[in-house]
Amino acid sequence: MSKPERTSTHFSMNESLLFEEGSPGRCAFDLPQLDVPRKEMSELMDPELLRSEIPGMPELSEVDVIRHFTRLSSWNYHIDLGLYPLGSCTMKYNPKINERMARLEGFALAHPYLPGEMIQGALEVQKTLENCLAQISGMDAVTLQPAAGAHGELTGILMVRAYHQSRGNPRKKILIPDSAHGTNPASAAIAGYVVESVPSNNRGTIDSGELRKLVNDDVAAIMITNPNTLGIFESEIAGIAESVHAHGALVYMDGANLNAMMGITRPGDFGIDVLHINLHKTFTTPHGGGGPGSGPVAVKKVLEPFLPYPVIQSNANGSYSFNYDRPHSIGKVKAYNGQFGMHVRALCYILANGAEGLKEVSEVAVLNANYIRSKLKDAYALAYDSPSLHEVVFSDRLQARKDVHVWDIAKRLMDYGFHPPTVSFPLIVPGAIMIEPTETESKQELDAFIEAMLAIEKEAEQNPELVKSAPHTTRVGRIDEAAAARKPVLRWRAGG
Amino acid sequence: MSPDDLLYTKEHEWLRIAGDGGTVGITDHAQKELGDIVYVELPKAGTKFDSGETFGSVESVKAVSELYIPVSAEIIEVNDDLGSAPEKINEDPYGAGWMIRIRLLNKNETADLMSAEEYDEYTSEEKE
Repeated sequence: MSKPERTSTHFSMNESLLFEEGSPGRCAFDLPQLDVPRKEMSELMDPELLRSEIPGMPELSEVDVIRHFTRLSSWNYHIDLGLYPLGSCTMKYNPKINERMARLEGFALAHPYLPGEMIQGALEVQKTLENCLAQISGMDAVTLQPAAGAHGELTGILMVRAYHQSRGNPRKKILIPDSAHGTNPASAAIAGYVVESVPSNNRGTIDSGELRKLVNDDVAAIMITNPNTLGIFESEIAGIAESVHAHGALVYMDGANLNAMMGITRPGDFGIDVLHINLHKTFTTPHGGGGPGSGPVAVKKVLEPFLPYPVIQSNANGSYSFNYDRPHSIGKVKAYNGQFGMHVRALCYILANGAEGLKEVSEVAVLNANYIRSKLKDAYALAYDSPSLHEVVFSDRLQARKDVHVWDIAKRLMDYGFHPPTVSFPLIVPGAIMIEPTETESKQELDAFIEAMLAIEKEAEQNPELVKSAPHTTRVGRIDEAAAARKPVLRWRAGG
Repeated sequence: MSPDDLLYTKEHEWLRIAGDGGTVGITDHAQKELGDIVYVELPKAGTKFDSGETFGSVESVKAVSELYIPVSAEIIEVNDDLGSAPEKINEDPYGAGWMIRIRLLNKNETADLMSAEEYDEYTSEEKE
């Protein structure tokens, strides 16, 4: 397939860098006349440090810049454009009412240093969200400070350390299943713990026999993701928590996959002591560059004294205040009690759905994943036979016989207009293809994705080269990832 | 068939012994599984490791993997060429792609390692 040529300046399949555009003398601003005497820069600072010219600096008008970025923005793939089936990421639609609420002047323009009595509404939002998250997760108290999931993990493990320290010994080890997100061992290591890996059994869940051998009085906690990164519910979780507790250790849960269980089961009811919740996954606040993220941490009573300060306190007269008098607190982990705008969005989502609505969210998320599973399971090998919850993991085992691998399938999907799913993760599945549709996709959208996956499976069988050289219809074809990593070009230079 | 003058670990490192010294790298099977290698992190000469400890890491376009030392050893020399040309590990894993030269601290430990025949059997089982 050949690439469409540039046919006119108004239909460009390529876009120059801003540095390559513009013309001398163009300018995007016009400052008002000075009403004070003009001073030369050389009078204000060491002339040695001044330069008269910045080589290669483009001169552009406002419309040049606006059109450049508007054209680039139309090239993005995003959740407002189509299905975004990244497993483990819960890329659900972000309702626009959230944005409207977060932009209310009283929220959006509140200065972060305003005293508590002037931001009662904002504090009520945060306290209400804390209460909702505690109720959904079955925990006793919540901090909204952490700025993302991994930040929540670190906050949680620092609380675990403070808890053990308060009992005289911080302990040495954290146990983590081999299917976990890489952030889990990283958080444990940053908090000063040695990480020990717990193997999975042939059902894709924690090998509880192996776990019982590993747990002893040196273990501070186990970090569990439930449902795990294979989308499988850890059915032995209550027993696992019991055997960990028997050694005085705590159970941390990575709440990345909370979208599978709202209103159905609660971490607090199956033995979890501390978990983080990704507002940008389960509770529809934007991801990544559209974020920032937000990773509140919920704890049981035993860990409450160690929560980051300040905590929001409901007073008898109905007002709210910040309480800094927290002698056992691990300290502040984020300025201004977290990403406030995200708290508004998440609360808006929770209140709009209500308890029944959130339960339906989880039910439909699980239904959608299982619909994809049932339609694709004959074409792609399932990594594990165990029942799937909100996501399903396939492997490229059948396609690999024709030397078509997971990254080829992912790139070919782009030709069909879909963002690829998560690939090569979890690490325990060779050639993993991890699909999480979320509840916000219609049957029509899921069917279009399934059709694309089935078509690619046929191509892999009949014309493997077509898949191996994909993508063909994108602006940029297959890039040499090894060369890009080995010899990265990190900056533009004037004259190439 | 893997070279039969080398010893192998379950983590896919090889060890070539010469007197009290040895050379360590990763196997052809390992480099194939990893895919194009883009970065290698190796220890400083003079560092000592116990058998099975992590001595560095190797990063491919797919994943980062840890490197485990086959026997207790002191690092004598590190293959600095890999810094600018990590692709040598893919191209010539048993030759120019070597990673470290070591002094063995306990020669008895080599008894725990696999022969080429045992390693090939091990990797064919792992595949299934």
